[in-house]
Amino acid sequence: MIAELGHLALILALVLSLVQATVPLVGANRNRLALMAVGRPAAQGQLLFIVFAYVCLTWTFITSDFSVALAASNSHTATPLIYKITGVWGNHEGSLVLWAMSLSLWTVAVTIFSRNLPEPFMARVLGVLGWISAGFLSFTLVTSNPFHRLIPAVAEGRDLNPLLQDPGMIIHPPLLYMGYVGFAVAFAFAIAALLTGRMDAAWARWSRPWTTIAWVFLTAGIAVGSGWAYYELGWGGWWFWDPVENASFMPWLLGTALMHSLAVTEKRGAFRSWTILLAISTFSMSLLGTFLVRSGVITSVHAFATDPTRGLYILALLVLVIGVSLVLFAWRAPKLSGGGTFSLASRESSLLANNVLLAVATGAVMLGTLYPLFLDALNLGKISVGPPYFEATFVPLMTPVVILMMVGPFVRWKNDDINRIMRRLSVSLIVSIALGLGAAVLIGHVTWRTVLGLSLAAWVLIASIKLLMGRMADRQGASAGARMRGIPASWWGMWLAHLGIGIFIIGVTMVESIDQHVDMKMRPGQTAQLAGYTFTFRSVEGVQGPNFDAARATIDVARGERHMTTLTPEKRLYHAQQMPMTEVSIHVRPLRDVYVSLGDRLEDGSWLVSLYYKPFISWIWVGCILMGLGGIFAAADRRYRKLAERRVAAGALQQTT
Amino acid sequence: MKAKFLVPLFLFFVLIGFLAYGLGLNPREVPSPLVGKPAPQFQLAKLDAPDTYFGLEDMRGKVWLLNVWASWCVSCRQEHPVLVELQRSGLVPVVGLNYKDTLDAAKGWLRDYGNPYVVNVVDMDGRVGIDYGVYGTPETFLIDQDGIIRYKHIGPLNRDAVRNVLLPKIAELTRAG
Repeated sequence: MIAELGHLALILALVLSLVQATVPLVGANRNRLALMAVGRPAAQGQLLFIVFAYVCLTWTFITSDFSVALAASNSHTATPLIYKITGVWGNHEGSLVLWAMSLSLWTVAVTIFSRNLPEPFMARVLGVLGWISAGFLSFTLVTSNPFHRLIPAVAEGRDLNPLLQDPGMIIHPPLLYMGYVGFAVAFAFAIAALLTGRMDAAWARWSRPWTTIAWVFLTAGIAVGSGWAYYELGWGGWWFWDPVENASFMPWLLGTALMHSLAVTEKRGAFRSWTILLAISTFSMSLLGTFLVRSGVITSVHAFATDPTRGLYILALLVLVIGVSLVLFAWRAPKLSGGGTFSLASRESSLLANNVLLAVATGAVMLGTLYPLFLDALNLGKISVGPPYFEATFVPLMTPVVILMMVGPFVRWKNDDINRIMRRLSVSLIVSIALGLGAAVLIGHVTWRTVLGLSLAAWVLIASIKLLMGRMADRQGASAGARMRGIPASWWGMWLAHLGIGIFIIGVTMVESIDQHVDMKMRPGQTAQLAGYTFTFRSVEGVQGPNFDAARATIDVARGERHMTTLTPEKRLYHAQQMPMTEVSIHVRPLRDVYVSLGDRLEDGSWLVSLYYKPFISWIWVGCILMGLGGIFAAADRRYRKLAERRVAAGALQQTT
Repeated sequence: MKAKFLVPLFLFFVLIGFLAYGLGLNPREVPSPLVGKPAPQFQLAKLDAPDTYFGLEDMRGKVWLLNVWASWCVSCRQEHPVLVELQRSGLVPVVGLNYKDTLDAAKGWLRDYGNPYVVNVVDMDGRVGIDYGVYGTPETFLIDQDGIIRYKHIGPLNRDAVRNVLLPKIAELTRAG
């Protein structure tokens, strides 16, 4: 019964999304306020029904209703409650409902927080979002009904994939989806701008906070996902250039470009058609990612069970959404005038250069991800592309991005003096290279990649300090605290996010350069040495979990004579799927992780043990946290919000004609 | 309408063409990028004698097959008789890479269905499988005297594949060696 109610609610949500997709657009076209006003209640009602359907679906998992096929394949009576709840999205059908729910949440958020938008503009934004929602809801209902009944019901479920039974997986998919789907808002704003013909500073200002918040979610989602891979997969890696990872990385790269391009459009009125194109492409990347993950055209360790009809449906959706918006772009964008002019030495130029580089990097990732498919389609043979390609293309593309990223804030808008900039920055650049080289010598790993990475990181840190000092010097006389408070939040956001990239680069470079790893066969009582640490294998005991049995090893870690910690890695066997899982144990310190995973028991009573020394690996995630915080600061800038409201009010007056 | 604004649309349709075509292809047929390259080194415990290790070097000088299998793998059972026949023919030694399996289950399987392997090594957490780019079980690698991977078969082996693909390649490699 619950399942049928959920199904019905989903159908009603689809009906409402169709209302939202049509009526406000007609209203906007005929300038009828009553019709335009339908958008908001339709969007809000839709959210209500989707949430209801989602709760119903969760209910079938919690109560272990194995007459529902989805619960039967992804849950088990003994699964802990939290993984029954998260199991809802650990599969194709459920994750689509989550997708639709995120979109609906974003839409309702727009109706609440962008109340001051001119009505015709809002109507078009909601109309566009309605079409996307209708597309995904119908996709769910037609090809992937989550409420499908299994008759007769099975006695016991197959349980959620043990890999997904992990705290990281509780928050990773919702964050990622909120990020992915959040770019739909920037997309809808861009399409509405194309439809109304108003692609001005006000439009950019409305889009900015939405784009930034979506980007924050995506950043957090990707970071949590990579953290999960690090400690759950049990082999110490954190990024694998897997197609599904790339699918989330491409919108991130373009989203980053979009955020910066929107800033220029808002402040200087420049790059307008480029910004629109970026808004369209960023969301297109989200859709493409969905297609890659769901259709099975690319093999990946992440891909859920795949089905060609589903692939075809999403492809059709892609053609409709992206095709129509690009036609609209080709038709309307030429009418845009160029906006403000700027010289080669200007902040606009540095931002434009970075934008182009980020777009090219996205293209490179896309090429690597789809290359096997291209070659296969052209009958040129079958290959797969691995991390070496991505590293070889990505490092050279990102190096100038990181350098320019710290130059930009020093340069004036519109026109600046190259000599002035060189004077301000050349010393920092030389010092950075010297520091990078020195640090590489210090850690005893002098390769060009290590030197490059560490120099770039030094460059970001030095330039950040200089930037802060320059900003503080603006208001001589006031106390340091007052001066800091006087700096707008959006500036802090920029500063933090850029600093985060520097921290991130340190983490990546150090791990790639000097991590250490050894696989050992150990018996209780034996010791092993790695990177100056002594590992003593004490004992192994059997442990019972809720839905698994485990062997838990006790390993003492000491440095010299000093006891550091006791690690307890586990080898688990999950009952329902008979799947062995490694549960690693990590000792985290700011400058290094010590990471132990337990392998298998050998017949002679010894165990295979993997020991890792991972220098600076936490810095990767600290960097991501700083980037995310930066985004939050930028989106929360109070001054800028007030300004936006004023401009909106002025814009609304103009629009009433 | 200026032509340059149509470029994104054009590129998009090229992409869509490929994606649409891709739906009809089977990505599982992607051969390993490792073909023609030295087989990744491994040193793993033997299934029947876990205190002894077996590695790539132990097969140097021979043309042999590395078969990735697991007791939980249904299609492994489907290919099993083919492996048994291959073993009886004595044409090529087959080394089993027991992938993400439990020792007891793996041994039980060999007891129940027969053991076509000259030796079995245990890759319980799948790390060697990752080095070999294993998508799923079963997969079979043909490795030559110098430890170079010559061919990779994804999915269950059948008699046709053995007779028409594997055996000719083996004969060729043996002659060359």
